[in-house]
Amino acid sequence: MRRLSAFNVVSLTFGFAFLYIPMLILVVYSFNASRLVTVWGGFSTRWYGELVRNEAFLEAAWVTLKVGLISSTIATVLGTMAAIAMVRGGRFMGRTLFSGMIYAPLVMPEVITGLSLLLLFISIGLERGVMTIVLAHATFSMCYVSVVVSSRLASFDVSLEEAARDLGCTGWDAFRSVTLPIIAPAVVSGWLLAFTLSLDDLVIASFTAGPAATTLPIRIFSSVRLGVSPEINALSTIIIALVATGVIAASLTTKRAILRRQAEERAAA
Amino acid sequence: MRLSSRPVLIGLPYLWLLLLFLVPFGIVLKISLSDVAIAIPPYVPVLDPSEGWAGITGFLSQLDFENYVWLTQDDLYWKAYLSSVRIAAISTALTLLVGFPLAYAMARAPEQWRPSLLMLVILPFWTSFLIRVYAWIGILSNEGFLNQALMGIGLIDAPLTILNTNAAVYIGIVYTYLPFMVLPIYATLEKMDGSLLEAAEDLGCTRLQAFWAVTVPLSRPGVIAGCFLVFIPALGEFVIPSLLGGSDTLMIGKVLWEEFFSNRDWPVASAVAIVLLLILVVPIVLFQRNQERSA
Repeated sequence: MRRLSAFNVVSLTFGFAFLYIPMLILVVYSFNASRLVTVWGGFSTRWYGELVRNEAFLEAAWVTLKVGLISSTIATVLGTMAAIAMVRGGRFMGRTLFSGMIYAPLVMPEVITGLSLLLLFISIGLERGVMTIVLAHATFSMCYVSVVVSSRLASFDVSLEEAARDLGCTGWDAFRSVTLPIIAPAVVSGWLLAFTLSLDDLVIASFTAGPAATTLPIRIFSSVRLGVSPEINALSTIIIALVATGVIAASLTTKRAILRRQAEERAAA
Repeated sequence: MRLSSRPVLIGLPYLWLLLLFLVPFGIVLKISLSDVAIAIPPYVPVLDPSEGWAGITGFLSQLDFENYVWLTQDDLYWKAYLSSVRIAAISTALTLLVGFPLAYAMARAPEQWRPSLLMLVILPFWTSFLIRVYAWIGILSNEGFLNQALMGIGLIDAPLTILNTNAAVYIGIVYTYLPFMVLPIYATLEKMDGSLLEAAEDLGCTRLQAFWAVTVPLSRPGVIAGCFLVFIPALGEFVIPSLLGGSDTLMIGKVLWEEFFSNRDWPVASAVAIVLLLILVVPIVLFQRNQERSA
């Protein structure tokens, strides 16, 4: 193994400093006692207290969580179905249109997706609120789920499923006992991706939310427009901590699963 | 798959996408051909199916391309389109400049480090986009951390105005889209056979010559993919220009938003959306071609 050259060490240091210092500053200054966000006034957890007492933020957090859980579950079911239809569905009428509709939302600017869904909801007279955000989020995230799941489906051997059917399984049984366990990791990561996208979305939610429901990003955006505030720093720190824990836990679990599978394969050989 | 449930399996997601993707899109197209009105909804004509065939023909005859003509006449719009393309292109180039060395160094790092380095690049992507943009407000403002640091070491005497300029927008785009550039480049560089470089050096190339002759051409598919993955979303970006950009930062996503929410001119907002899509078709088709060729 060649040692890293000085240039590479500098690139890594600079690159990761650029990625992480802004977030580090947010985290450190969320514990700042001063209301002035760029002047250090001593350590304090005051802003976390204010945050917990802020009804508007709690309410928005609850709406966001609800929307995220429901929409990502719908997106996972529909996205997995779409992936199976694309990879295993064979020929069917309008297949090109179908695959176009799955890929288009991935590159569609959020302002256009938001605008078009809002115009739909208005023209069919659907009152805007939690339900319309759920519908909007489920629609664009099902496409992401479908891409994640179909790449996994495409890489596994169809003959496994055929073998199960030869051994007397019905189509559904073969799917449940062979296909589903194999694509399960992709389905789970699809759900996580859909959930994160939903929690994160500002633009589409702003168009489809209406006055009845406000999500956390909408609340953050309207307060951030007025400038930096220590409560937002505290909120950001909580979000960063949750995400980091989640991602690290998820990657450790997959790593352990891979190691276990390797051990089983060795034992079987 | 010969599931007996095949019609449902295909039909349900199909129907969902038709109703919530294609139909809304048709509505945008239709409203872009309508006229603005002080009414609810704020445009005419509205299709009234109860009038039957006469209603439909009357409705169709009222549609026109007036809003599109308007987009070419008011220079705000074409300036906004041009400026979006320019901002997206400059930011993409800057992202490549920051992303390539990082991806290169990651691919050269000892093998046991690579999974952790990869995770460090992906982790910010999972963190809220809004929060990552917000973080830069405190850094770039006049009394922000960057100006404090630069004045602290005596590099400048007066604070630089960065926040609310295009420069802040570039920084914001580079920062938030960096993972999209690093990951595809890393993927191509990691697969590269190191002995090719050794061969080039044995044949008399200097390190730098070997880099230009071997590494750069081999990393091309990753570089192209990364550039498209940054350029396409940057073009329609709304959050970054509205939080970090100034009042003179023109981006089409922001114009669309203001047309809709502030001016309440739905027909013009719809026309702006349609033209944005038409502009996006070019890079998307090029990207697809590139992906197919490298696959």
